[in-house]
Amino acid sequence: MPSPAAPLKNDLVGDIAAQALWIRRRSFQMVYEAQQGHPGGDFSAADVLATLYFGVMHYDPKNPGDPKRDRFVMSKGHCTGAFYSVLARAGYFPEADLSTYMEPLSKLNGHPNRNYLPGVETNTGPLGHGLPVATGIAIAGQIDNADFRTFVLTGDGELQEGSNWESALTGGHRKLENLTLIIDRNRLQQGARTEETASLDPLDEKWRAFGWHVEVVDGHDHAKLLEVLSASPKGRGKPLCVIANTFKGKGVSFMHDNVAWHHGVPTKEQYEQAMRELV
Amino acid sequence: MSAAAPSKAGLFDCRDSFAATIEALAEADPRIVTVVSDSVGSSKLGGFKKKFPERMVNVGIAEQTLVAVGAGLANGGKVPFVSAASCFITGRALEQVKADIAYSNVNVKLIGQSSGVAYGELGPTHHSIEDLAWLRLFNNLKLIVPADPWQTAEAIKAAAAFDGPVFVRLSRMAVPALERPTGAVFEIGKAETLLEGTDATIIANGTMVHRAIAAAKTLAAEGISARVVNMATVNPLDEAVIAAATQTGAIVTVEEHSVRGGLGGAVAEVVISTNPVPMRILGFPGFVPTGSADFLFDHFGLNETGIADAVRQTIARKK
Repeated sequence: MPSPAAPLKNDLVGDIAAQALWIRRRSFQMVYEAQQGHPGGDFSAADVLATLYFGVMHYDPKNPGDPKRDRFVMSKGHCTGAFYSVLARAGYFPEADLSTYMEPLSKLNGHPNRNYLPGVETNTGPLGHGLPVATGIAIAGQIDNADFRTFVLTGDGELQEGSNWESALTGGHRKLENLTLIIDRNRLQQGARTEETASLDPLDEKWRAFGWHVEVVDGHDHAKLLEVLSASPKGRGKPLCVIANTFKGKGVSFMHDNVAWHHGVPTKEQYEQAMRELV
Repeated sequence: MSAAAPSKAGLFDCRDSFAATIEALAEADPRIVTVVSDSVGSSKLGGFKKKFPERMVNVGIAEQTLVAVGAGLANGGKVPFVSAASCFITGRALEQVKADIAYSNVNVKLIGQSSGVAYGELGPTHHSIEDLAWLRLFNNLKLIVPADPWQTAEAIKAAAAFDGPVFVRLSRMAVPALERPTGAVFEIGKAETLLEGTDATIIANGTMVHRAIAAAKTLAAEGISARVVNMATVNPLDEAVIAAATQTGAIVTVEEHSVRGGLGGAVAEVVISTNPVPMRILGFPGFVPTGSADFLFDHFGLNETGIADAVRQTIARKK
């Protein structure tokens, strides 16, 4: 008899939770070893990434250029700790490569480069680039009446970039139902809270006004994320915006909702404490 | 692929050549799409829109999304030709050109329309005399500045055939069809020597090439032998042709662009590294006053007289 605590073979939500935990632990190790990175955002995004890669998207890491693959665009390109971890875990490259994060001449640049790493669709880093590129991918699918879906994950502070709203118009105008935007709504940008900087609320109303279907969910609830992200978009007639309410630094007590961990790096003691908590 | 008929007095608007070529290419290759930012008419893509309505994407007046959507379409297997006024597709969307197109190294063709001072009277916001300087910094982005309708058609065909990012800088200024030997071919990165000469070399591109030829003919009547090179590709440069030009002992570059960082700067980088000789860069000094393009060309010496004067002065600097 397996232990009741172990996820069952067909327990998809349990598996996603296990992958999310692995992503948090592995990405924090990367940041600790590199003494660089953006761990707060890695942690707020980890559950969304685990749900997409292990519960929602169709892809073959051995055939990363497959025209039929679902696409994922990591617009918050600074959160490579989590992004590289999920790509390695999904099989795009060896997990051992994660230990070269930001080392000199490493393929694992601080921001992702598609020419170095399979599974990266476009080079991001400057904010406000992912949604416009994902819009173009979705338009290609729309022209071809193809079945693949395009997912893009942005930060919330990133929505202060005007390029996103240009694409919000185009996505709504073209009724790109094959396009899904997920906003990592952790309410913290680099220096302060979004609402104290250039406020975004009411964010759901903004996207609805641009012609998008909006779902507001707990961005750490794997079952709910799985439900809204895996629902078929066919016939919806609108692009989907999932506002994932999250916490920066989710999973570690001293990082939780703490702006200092946008690009904070842990001491040995902090790293060890985090690893004790991430179980 | 036919260039369009001359508009007036044997002169051509190269946009017609672009439009005819892209339509013919699209007939043969279903991957080809166009992307515009409310720039259908100014890109002369009305015919394309009529023939392939589902293959034209109009994002509205939104250049950042314009360029990024091109990158996305390439990801989805398309060969996008992204066309808008050169001043906006470069300056307004420069980071998208850098990150989404060049650094990502995707198969997108950017078409900069009405470049240089074509919108002369509208002023420097609408001039595009900085575009080559900005784009030359992206080392893997091919930069082509065709000089006439034939070269425009060939450049568009070459861009479509090349798997990677290309910027083609077009003009709406009327230009004559250049005389070439039969069997001439266009190749990205290869300059063409239109007139042989031994005393100096004029290196030009785009709308300045026919003016350079006129200047060389004036100089020939004085016994000065000026070579004329059409350097249609600014990146990668045909360094062999530039090195050969230094053997004439004097070089004058001419471009419908700022004197800072464009063709002249690119040529100078090669000249100083090979065989430094007296050089002169002709172009615009920076923001220019109002006036038609033809007025501005004359005002800044970008004409037969100004080019010929510059050649004489540069030859005089030979040691």
